[in-house]
Amino acid sequence: MTHKFISIEGIAKRFPKAGGGFTTVFEDLWLPMQRGDFTCIIGHSGCGKTTVLNILAGLDAPSSGAVIVDNQAIEGPSLDRAVIFQTHALLPWRTVMGNVAYAVSSKWRKWKTQRVRERAQKFIDLVGLNGAESKRPAELSGGMKQRVGIARALSIEPKIMLMDEPFSALDALTRGTLQDEVRRICLETGQTVFMITHDVDEAIYLADRILLMTNGPHAVLAEVVENPLPKDRVRAEVHKHPLYYPVRNHIIDFLVSRSKSFATDMRGKHDPRNVPVVRPGLAEPAVREATVITPSWPGLSRPSTSSPR
Amino acid sequence: MTSSLTLRAAVVSVALFVAFMLAWHVATRGTSAVQQMDPEYAKLMGLTATQGKSAMPGPLDVGAKLWEHLRQPFYDKGPNDKGVGIQLAYSIARVALGYMLAVLVAIPIGFLIGMSPLMSKALDPFIQILKPISPLAWMPLALYTIKDSSMSAIFVIFICSLWPMMINTVFGVASVRREWLNVAKTLEVGTIRRAFTIILPAAAPTILTGMRISIGIAWLVIVAAEMLVGGTGIGYFVWNEWNNLSITNVINAILLIGVVGMVLDLILARLTRLVTFPE
Repeated sequence: MTHKFISIEGIAKRFPKAGGGFTTVFEDLWLPMQRGDFTCIIGHSGCGKTTVLNILAGLDAPSSGAVIVDNQAIEGPSLDRAVIFQTHALLPWRTVMGNVAYAVSSKWRKWKTQRVRERAQKFIDLVGLNGAESKRPAELSGGMKQRVGIARALSIEPKIMLMDEPFSALDALTRGTLQDEVRRICLETGQTVFMITHDVDEAIYLADRILLMTNGPHAVLAEVVENPLPKDRVRAEVHKHPLYYPVRNHIIDFLVSRSKSFATDMRGKHDPRNVPVVRPGLAEPAVREATVITPSWPGLSRPSTSSPR
Repeated sequence: MTSSLTLRAAVVSVALFVAFMLAWHVATRGTSAVQQMDPEYAKLMGLTATQGKSAMPGPLDVGAKLWEHLRQPFYDKGPNDKGVGIQLAYSIARVALGYMLAVLVAIPIGFLIGMSPLMSKALDPFIQILKPISPLAWMPLALYTIKDSSMSAIFVIFICSLWPMMINTVFGVASVRREWLNVAKTLEVGTIRRAFTIILPAAAPTILTGMRISIGIAWLVIVAAEMLVGGTGIGYFVWNEWNNLSITNVINAILLIGVVGMVLDLILARLTRLVTFPE
């Protein structure tokens, strides 16, 4: 069995309904992630994508199940898991340097100011913001703000970077450049990434694996699409690759029709621990058999947990 | 016309001021007939009766008196004749003391209440009842318990400055954006560090706004409080000059109270701008 770097094991999220009972957002979600994986999750609003990300971040607790990172169940937020927020969440009273240095000094509390600034500077340079160190977030464009968010997340050497629609608030051109940057940085550093997106092209360009979620409530992970495009894809060429449109069509078909009908079509046939892995566009077999996931948590699902916070 | 708005506004301000001064001057010039009377009796009657002068001082009288005050603000000729500078200094010192005490109490307590939704809810009815009480209503209670009129005035300033600051601190702390708190959480920032590096800077503009409201109220209240406790201070000065029937001095005092109030507000406005961050 391959070493599971991050393992989502049977997590579910339920909210108490007015007048008794529970609303289940998603249930029984199983997913292993390898080191260096770039995973995108796609699904319609309300399928619980953000909740999955918040659970991974430790900002939210699952109603049942657990997430294991490096053989340890997560118990709350941690410096191991950096979050890039949709709204960038920079501290507006701090400069670019101040924002990145805040993260660095949070991770290495005993470091001297000089050392903290040097490390922060390294990551500011990495995202191409040198010269803007002493600017405040209000003086930056949307794209630059998100670069600061990326620098802040990378500077603490997280085991995984969690991105919640990081580019959705940006214009198309800026989004393209930032996608290129993120792809370059992730390939260079071997960063493990889990990203939410609504943009199919973005997912195909960036991700190694694309997770398709059915519609909520009672959303499930329907399939894992393995990206058949070569790892060294470049933006200018990617849409000309013969496999580009098969992948894209497969995902769009899913989002348009199958995400709704999945629950009825697959009633009783869907095994959440054995989600089909699909490589669209390849000759048979289109559906490869996935290895059954074994839990690394002997009791398996924790009973309904109260929030650790 | 390319002159700036500021310049044009200044011209209008000056024009309004001149118009007001002229109207005042004309209105108080005095038109009643001069009566013939025995010179000894005339001395007793004063200028109002003998020269037809208005009882209300004109701008020139007030100006002359003001100049006199400003030339010699700090003279001290006994308990009933001190320079306005000394009187203002007493008032400012009382306000400063009561206000600083209120800052020391309101901000830490407001911080704790704001960070705990339970305490916010539990203490809200008390604050809502205590807030609308006129600070002067505390005066008898203060005099009875503290047994010192000067300290009672300071207590009244303390109690009136307390509520706006506390309410704003609670509100500012409770409404720090969730995403900033999440940043602190994902960076595993401890409670103390979070309070000082996230909550305090995020809530500072709201807290400073509360402090600015408080200093305004404190300066309003000190005049009334000093009229009650007497002895020293600009409020006492106003009441003393009323008893002396020196309307000129009363008008001067009103003017000075306004100027000091404006300066206090400007200081707090400047401080607020220092901690305000653009979004």
